[in-house]
Amino acid sequence: MIDRSTPALGDLFQDIILEHYRRPRNKGALQDATVNVHMNNPTCGDEVHLHLVVEEGVVRDVAFEGEGCSISQSSISMMTQMLKGQPVEEGLRLAERFKEMMHGDADAAKDKALRDARALAGVSKFPTRVKCALLGWDAFEEAVERQG
Amino acid sequence: MSESVPGGAHTGGATLAAENAGRSGPGPFDPARLRDRFPIFRPEGPNAGLVYLDSAATAQRPDVVLDAINDFYRDDNANVHRGLYELSRRATERFEEARSTVARFIGARDTAEVVWTRGTTEGINLVAATWGAGNVGPGDEILLTMLDHHSNVVPWQLLARRVGARLRYVDIDESGRLRLDQLDAALKGPVKLVALNHVSNALGTINPVAEVVERARSAGARVLVDGAQGAPHLPVDVEALGCDFYALSAHKMGGPMGIGALWARRELLDAMPPYQGGGEMIDVVHPDESTWAELPHKFEAGTPNVGGAVGMAAAVDFVQSLTPAAVKEHESRLVAYGLERLGRVAGLRLFGPAEPEDRIAVFSFAMQGVHPHDVATILDAQGIAVRAGHHCTQPLMRRLGVPATTRASCWVYNTTDEIDRLVEGLEEAARVFG
Ligand SMILES: Cc1ncc(COP(=O)(O)O)c(C=O)c1O
Repeated sequence: MIDRSTPALGDLFQDIILEHYRRPRNKGALQDATVNVHMNNPTCGDEVHLHLVVEEGVVRDVAFEGEGCSISQSSISMMTQMLKGQPVEEGLRLAERFKEMMHGDADAAKDKALRDARALAGVSKFPTRVKCALLGWDAFEEAVERQG
Repeated sequence: MSESVPGGAHTGGATLAAENAGRSGPGPFDPARLRDRFPIFRPEGPNAGLVYLDSAATAQRPDVVLDAINDFYRDDNANVHRGLYELSRRATERFEEARSTVARFIGARDTAEVVWTRGTTEGINLVAATWGAGNVGPGDEILLTMLDHHSNVVPWQLLARRVGARLRYVDIDESGRLRLDQLDAALKGPVKLVALNHVSNALGTINPVAEVVERARSAGARVLVDGAQGAPHLPVDVEALGCDFYALSAHKMGGPMGIGALWARRELLDAMPPYQGGGEMIDVVHPDESTWAELPHKFEAGTPNVGGAVGMAAAVDFVQSLTPAAVKEHESRLVAYGLERLGRVAGLRLFGPAEPEDRIAVFSFAMQGVHPHDVATILDAQGIAVRAGHHCTQPLMRRLGVPATTRASCWVYNTTDEIDRLVEGLEEAARVFG
C-alpha cells in the first residue's frame, strides 16, 4: 500500500498556518515604501509584492500583496509580524534562522524569535513545499540588498 | 487509420485484443488488468497503491516498451546508417522500421515525411527555425489559440521577434472551446500559419482540427498541429486532418522520454533548409559548403536516439493493440464518470467542456478556499499524484482568471475507482481547510 513514511498532513497544515492564510497580517500597499520587491515562483505561480519602509537601518513598516498557496502566504504574513520595528540586521538573522528551520534544524524550530513561523517547521518534511515557505524571506533579502 | 495497416507488426497486440474479446465484463478491456502490463504499478514495487493521475505530463510505460529498448541495446546496438557490417545493418533496420511504424500510426503516406525529434517541443522549434524563417516575414501573422502550450507559443514568439511578424490568438468560450466564430475574421489578416493543439493538455478540450484546417487553407495559411495530447488519446490521421505539420512525443503515449516525431508534407520538407548541421544529414561535404542528405535524414544531424525510436514504435504497437475503439470507449467512460463525480464536490469549479464528446479525461479544477498546491500536497499524502500549477499554459490561466489549477489526467490504465479515490481525497482537502 501507500508509503506510510509520508509525513502527516497535520504537521503541515496547522491551525495557526491556516489562520494566517485566511486572515493575513499587514496585507496591502504601502504609500511611503522606501523599497518594493516583486518575487514569484515560476514553476507554481506563487507571488509576493513586498513593501518596506526602512529608515536608519530599521524596518519601520512592512506590508505585502500576494497570491499563492497557504504555505507561501502564511509564511509571508508571519514574516511581516516579525520584521516590523526590527533592525534590518535582526531581520537578516531571522531569515537565516528560518532557513535553518526549513533545512530541518531542530534548535531553530524552537527559537522563540521566530514566533508564529515556528508552526512552519513541519514544511521541512515536504521538500516540494520548502520553496513556498521561503518566498517571502527571499523577497526580504532582495529588498535589503536593493535598499543598500 | 491504423487498423487497416498491412504487415502484421502487431502480433503482441492481436493476442491482447483476443484476450480482451474473450473476457466478460463492462468494457472491451479492463484497465485494472491492463495495469499488470505497467511495471511501475507492480504491487511488490516502490509505488504499490499509487493512484497516478498525471499522465498528461508523462504516461507510464508498459513492459513491452521497456523490453524493446532493452532488447535493442542488448542485441542490436550499433550506430545507424554508417557501418557496413551486419550488426549495423540490423540496427539501421530496427531504426527505420520504427519510423515506418510511427508513419503508419499517424496516417502518413510517405515514411520519409517522418522526422525523429526529441519530442513535440523540438518538432515545433524545427518548423519555426526552418519553414518559419523562410516563409514568415515582416508584418505577417501567426495565429495561435488561448489553449496552446508554451512549447507552441514561445517558438513562435522567437520567430516573430526575429522576422518582425505578429502573433494573434483565437480566444476560447466559457467552457474552454475554441471560438471558431473568431477564426474567419482572424484569417482575413496576413496569416501565414495557424498553430494549435489537437487536444488541450490543460483543459482536455478536443479541438476541431479538420475544420480549422479547412478554413485556414482557404485563407492560404499553413497549419501546424501540436499532437502531444492527440496521439495518446485519439486516432491520428494527418491526411484526413489535412494539416501541414504534426508534432508528437513518445512519452505521452507510453514510450520513452527524449524521442518524438515531426510529420510534414514532403514538398514542405524538400523546400525547408536543414535544422542542425552535422553527421548523418549531409550528402557531400566540401571545406566551404555541403549538400544535404535525402529526406528525412536532412533533418537528423548526429547520432539519433535509436533506442528511443525503437521504444516509441513499441509504444505505438501497444496502443494499437488496445484498438482505438476500445481506448475511446474507456476514455468516454472515465470522462463521463469524472464529470459526474467531480461535478458533485462542493466548492469545486471544473474547467473545460461540459460535453463529454468534446474532451478527454483530463480534469482541471479549482477548489474554493484551497490553493492548487495545497490540494496536490493533501492528495499526495493519500498516494494520489496530480499536477498543480499553470500546466505550461500561462496565457490560458490568465484568461480563466486563476493563478493555477489542479489537474488530474488519465490514460488507459486508470479506473473509475481511482476517480473515487480522487474525490475522497478532495473531500479530505476540504475538511483540512474547512
Ligand atoms: C499540448 C502539449 N504540447 C506540447 C507539449 C510538450 O511536449 P514535450 O515536452 O514532450 O516536448 C506538451 C507536454 O508537455 C503538451 O501537453
